[in-house]
Amino acid sequence: MSEAMAHHAEADRHPALAHHFEGLPEQKEAAGLGMWLFLAQEVMFFGGLFTCYTIYRNLYPAAFAAGSAHLNWKLGAFNTAVLIGSSLTMAMAVHAAAVGKRRQIVAYLLLTVALGSVFLGVKVVEYADKFHHHLVPGEHFRFEGPLARPAQIYFSLYFAMTGLHALHMIIGIPILLTLAVLAHRGRYSADYHAPVELTGLYWHFVDIVWIFLFPLLYLIPTHAPH
Amino acid sequence: MSAAAVLPEPPPPKTNYLNVSYGVKSWLLTTDHKRIALLYMASITVMFALGGTFAALIRLELVTPPGDLFQAETYNKLFTLHGVIMVFFFLIPSIPATLGNFLIPLMIGARDLAFPKINLLSWYLFMAGAGFAAWSLINGGVDTGWTFYTPYSTAFSNTHVISAAMGAFIAGFSSILTGLNFIVTIHKMRAPGLTWFRLPLFVWAHYATSIIMILGTPVIAVTLMLVMVERGLHLGIFNPALGGDPVLFQHLFWFYSHPAVYIMILPSMGVISEVVAAMARKRIFGYGIVAMSSLAIAIIGFLVWGHHMFVSGQSVYAGMVFSALSFLVAIPSAIKVFNWTATLYKGSVSYDTPTLYAIGFIGLFTIGGLTGIFLAALGLDVHVHDTYFVVAHFHYIMVGGAIMGYLGGLHFWWPKITGRLYPEAWGRVAALIVFAGFNLTFFPQFILGYMGMPRRYHAYPEEFQVLNVMSSAGASILGLGYLLPFAYLGWSMRYGRAASANPWGAKGLEWQAASPPLTENFEVQPVVREEAYEYAHAPQERAVV
Repeated sequence: MSEAMAHHAEADRHPALAHHFEGLPEQKEAAGLGMWLFLAQEVMFFGGLFTCYTIYRNLYPAAFAAGSAHLNWKLGAFNTAVLIGSSLTMAMAVHAAAVGKRRQIVAYLLLTVALGSVFLGVKVVEYADKFHHHLVPGEHFRFEGPLARPAQIYFSLYFAMTGLHALHMIIGIPILLTLAVLAHRGRYSADYHAPVELTGLYWHFVDIVWIFLFPLLYLIPTHAPH
Repeated sequence: MSAAAVLPEPPPPKTNYLNVSYGVKSWLLTTDHKRIALLYMASITVMFALGGTFAALIRLELVTPPGDLFQAETYNKLFTLHGVIMVFFFLIPSIPATLGNFLIPLMIGARDLAFPKINLLSWYLFMAGAGFAAWSLINGGVDTGWTFYTPYSTAFSNTHVISAAMGAFIAGFSSILTGLNFIVTIHKMRAPGLTWFRLPLFVWAHYATSIIMILGTPVIAVTLMLVMVERGLHLGIFNPALGGDPVLFQHLFWFYSHPAVYIMILPSMGVISEVVAAMARKRIFGYGIVAMSSLAIAIIGFLVWGHHMFVSGQSVYAGMVFSALSFLVAIPSAIKVFNWTATLYKGSVSYDTPTLYAIGFIGLFTIGGLTGIFLAALGLDVHVHDTYFVVAHFHYIMVGGAIMGYLGGLHFWWPKITGRLYPEAWGRVAALIVFAGFNLTFFPQFILGYMGMPRRYHAYPEEFQVLNVMSSAGASILGLGYLLPFAYLGWSMRYGRAASANPWGAKGLEWQAASPPLTENFEVQPVVREEAYEYAHAPQERAVV
C-alpha cells in the first residue's frame, strides 16, 4: 500500500529521476548545489598548497625565481591556451546538451577530451625534462649554488600543485568519455542534462586552478630579482 | 497534529526498513540512509572499543610512578593510537554519521538524503581509512601522537606514519561527503511548511557541523598528503633541516583540527536541544539564538586555531589576536548553556536516561568550556601547556560533552531506530555510573596538570601517584559505564518491549514516522503547520512508555 502511495506517479517519472525527489528540477537543483559545495572543498584543498606557496615564496624569493627560471614558460603558455580552449569546448557541449543536440554534445565532449589530453601530453614532456635535469625533489635532486635547499622546496611545491592539478584532469577525462558514450546513446536531452552541466563546472574549476598556477609557478623571473 | 499523541495509534506496519530485505548484500549495497547509519554505528562501536582498550592500557601504566608495564616507545604508540582512533574514527563520525544520517531526512520529512549513493560511498571511504589505520596498528603502530607533528613524523619516527596518515586522509573524504550530503538535503528537501526557523535545532547543529566538514577537512587532507610525500621521498617541506617550516605544518594542522572539535561537539549540542525540549515539555528558550549560536561557533571556530601554538614560536601579536578570538567563541557556547538551563527552569522534567545524559552534558561541557578559557589566556597557557590540565580540558569536551551527547541521543532515539524500548532502570544506572566514572577519571587530571605533570610520559614522580590512581580507578568505573549500554541495548534489540511511534510524546517529524520507520520513511508526505517544539498545547504528561 505504502509503495503505491509513495510512487503514485511511477508511470510518468523520468527514468533518470531518483525515487526520493519530486521532479527533475528539484533533483537538478540539489545536484547543482552539491557540485558547488564539492568545488568549495576543492578550493580549500588547493588552498592549503597555495598557503604553503605564499609562505615559502615570501621566505625564499630568490630561490623561487631561480627555480622558476628552469621552467619553460612557452610550454606553460601553450598549455594555458589549450586548457582555456578546452573550457570553451566544454561550455559548447553544455550548450548543445541544453538545446538537446545529441551529435554536437558528443563532438564537443570529444574535443574537450582531446584538448585535455594535449595538456597532459605537454605536462609529460615537461616532467620528463625535469627528471632528466635532476630537478625532481628527492635523493637525485641537483641544483647548483647556495639556493639548492629552498629551490628543492620550490620544486616540491611545483610537483605537488601541478601534479594534483593533473590528477584532477586524469579523473575528469574518463568522466567526459563516459558522458560522450551516454550522450551518443541519447541519454541527455533538453529536459535532462544535469551530468553534462555539472561535469562542465568541474572542468572549468580545474581550468581556473591552472590559471592561478601558471603565473605563480612559471612567471616569477619576469617580475622578481634573479 | 497536537492531537496525534492522544489518539490511539494504528498498529505498526508489518514491513519496515529493517525487515524489508535480508542478507549481507542488502546491507552492504543499501542506499537507505537508515541502514547506512546502522553500518556506521557498528563500525564506530568497534573503533570505540579499540580506542577504549588503548585508553585502558594507558591508565594501567599510570597506576604506578615508574614505567614498569610498557617501555616508553610502546607507551608513545598507545596514546597515539588512542588519539588517532578516537578522533578520526570515532568522535568525528560519531553523531553525524549515525544519528545525523538516520534522523535528518526523518526530521525534515524527506525520503532520504539528497545523494544516497554518495552516502554509501562515505561509509566505504570510512572503512577504507579504518583499514589503513588497522594496517598501521597490526604492523607495529605509530608513535607521533595523533597530531603527526613534523619533522618528527616525516624524518625521525621509525613507525608506520604513512599508513596511519593515509587512514586519516581517506576518512576525511568520508566526512566531507557526509557534510555535503547534509547541507544539500537541508537546503533542498524540507517538507512543505518546514521553514528554516521551524527546523529542529539538531538539524541546525548539523548544518553548522557540515560547513566545518566541507571547509576544514580538505586542508588537513592536503597537509597529510604533504606529510606522506615528504616522508616517502625525503623532502623538506616541513623539515627545518632542509629549509622547511614546521610551524607552518602546525598552522595547517590546527586550521582543521581545532574546528574538528566543533565537529565533535556541535552535533552533541543538537542532541541536547532535542532532549531538553522533549523532556522539559517546553519550547527551547530563545530558539533563534540557539540556532544562530551553532553557526557562530562554526564560523568563529575557524579563527582560533593559533591558541594551540602559543609556545610554538608564533609571534606574540598573533598569539594575542588568537587569544581574544578564542574568548569570543565562548559566547555562543555559553548562550546555549544558559538557554538549555532556562528551558529546564519550571519545565515538567522527566528524569529518564536521555535527561540524565543531557544534564550531565550541560555540567561537564561548562567545566570543559571554562577551562578552555583558561587555556586561551596567553599567560596561563604557557604554564599549563602540554600538561594534564590540557588533557583533562579536552576530555571534558570530547568525552564529557560529545560522548555524553551521543549516548543520550542513542537512548532518546533508540525506540525509533530499533522499534524496541531499552530497559529504563538499567539506562539510568549506566548514565550515573558514566557520570561518576568520568569525573573521577578526569577531574584529578586538572590538578595533576596544574601541579605540572606533563602529558605523554609513561613515568612520573611519586607525588603524583594518588591522583593518578584515582584517575585510573575512575577509568575502570567509566569502562563499566560504557559496557552496560552495550549489553542492555544489545539485549533490547531482541527482547525489548515494542515501541510505539512516539514513546516520549515528543514533537518533531521523526516521531510521526513508524518505529522503526518504513524504508521510504513516511506513508504520506508530512506537512508542517506549527513552530518547532510546540509543547505548549501538547499533553504535559507522556502518553506511554
